[in-house]
Amino acid sequence: MADATTTEPLLSPTIDTDGAPFWEYAARGELRIQACTACDELRFPPRPCCPHCQSFGAKWQRMSGRGRIWSYVRPHPPLLPAYAAHAPYNAIIVELADAPRIRLVGNLVAAPDAPLDSVAPERLRIGAKVQVAFTDVGGIAMPRWLLERP
Amino acid sequence: MASLKDATAIVGIGQTAFAKQLPEEEKTLACRAITAALDDAGIAPSEVDAFASYTMEETDEVEVAKAIGAGDVTFFSKVGYGGGGSCATLAHLAAAITTGQASVGVAWRSRKRGSGPRPWKNTAVQLPTPAQWTRPFGLLRPADEIGMLARRYMHEYGATRDHLFNVALACRNRANQNPAAMMYDRPLTREMYMSSRWISEPLCLFDNCLETDGALACVIVSAERARDCRQKPVYVHSVAQGLPAQHHGMVNYWNDDPLTGPAWTAARHLWKQADFAPQDVDVAQIYDAFTPLIPLSLEGYGFCGRGEGGAFTEGGALESGGRLPINTGGGGLSEAYVHGFNLINEGVKQLRGTSTAQVPNAATCLVTAGEGVPTSAVLLRAP
Repeated sequence: MADATTTEPLLSPTIDTDGAPFWEYAARGELRIQACTACDELRFPPRPCCPHCQSFGAKWQRMSGRGRIWSYVRPHPPLLPAYAAHAPYNAIIVELADAPRIRLVGNLVAAPDAPLDSVAPERLRIGAKVQVAFTDVGGIAMPRWLLERP
Repeated sequence: MASLKDATAIVGIGQTAFAKQLPEEEKTLACRAITAALDDAGIAPSEVDAFASYTMEETDEVEVAKAIGAGDVTFFSKVGYGGGGSCATLAHLAAAITTGQASVGVAWRSRKRGSGPRPWKNTAVQLPTPAQWTRPFGLLRPADEIGMLARRYMHEYGATRDHLFNVALACRNRANQNPAAMMYDRPLTREMYMSSRWISEPLCLFDNCLETDGALACVIVSAERARDCRQKPVYVHSVAQGLPAQHHGMVNYWNDDPLTGPAWTAARHLWKQADFAPQDVDVAQIYDAFTPLIPLSLEGYGFCGRGEGGAFTEGGALESGGRLPINTGGGGLSEAYVHGFNLINEGVKQLRGTSTAQVPNAATCLVTAGEGVPTSAVLLRAP
């Protein structure tokens, strides 16, 4: 609803060659992380070769979508207009349950398509368990995070 | 193996006024700071044959050299990663001069960040990792990116807002002694800090550096030549750059230990080449774009143990007469934010004995560049 009051959209990700599969899987509702075909090590952000074994082979491993909040901020203005409209909102880092070294920046929301300020700030807590959901923002499926126990 | 240890010295420093808005353009400010530094050194512009600055510096060597009347230039270098490059400009010039590539080097930074645009507002120019993985989620500004690490640091080690206030206060108190500082006549109280507006929780207004128009420069020559210069030489004792394994810049969220940043890498190399240790440092100029960078840097450069950076700030440790006086001109938080170059010049002033918050008999000074980005650092030593 608040989105309708702003003229500028939220920023879309600038998708590169290495990262493109992440967004293609996201469009199918799947959270997948790049992994090495030779040594199976996960790596994020995606990159051309494996820092462990230098293999250029990559696969995309499906994650459960569960994680915990590792850290968070509440940005206040000055901000870009689309974000200022929801400020203060939250931005969180989620440590994935399947791979704690893999952390994703995202937003804690009350429902997949709810705005970035839809969760009360007192619910933000390091260690809180969260679950991924996806929502369409400007034609791209963006990961969002919901509290496991809302 | 050739060593840079004490092989070169800073013999001239120059600066413009610092203000939210200066009328002159960046190119003019650059030339003013550089000619002031050369005048301070007693070296003619025609003798300059080396330049070093930041990749973010918008006045290039061609413009500077032809404006000030430099001679034939045989070495020029620019270092990346914003404020992480400050001390590396000295490192590159020291290496060039020590190896005979050049004889008179000028390092500078000129920036109208006070009256000019905020870089984060330009969504057309974005670093690839943030553009895809962090900015769409509203992590728009450096304050948001560092705020994430600050929150985690406070959570893991029990650091508090009072610790961050100790940093802001020490810088402000020194600025209150420095007539050139933007915050010279603006004292800070704990109440002002605790009730100020948020920028990105957990960081408030006073956890953020200033926005400044201004320029600074310094002149570096061989130690041998320095003996004949106008000013007491300040020796470049040790220099280091640092890009740690699996580091990701200011969004350093994807390795085993995101709270161990480039400071640790630069520090290992810096101390390995030095004749003295952290406990022998009389005064430090630590890059302070944000207050949490100070406790992180105190740990990284070995002034305290892991997780002890917050507690280190207690009891006036960072103030004049404390365990480690820092940012004695006011730093980026309260003197001027010119990508850390004012920290270099302040280090030189301390070792000349001319600081407005002089540490008695200061003979050693650590100067650091931006923590949280690929960084650099220098140990300065008085003769």
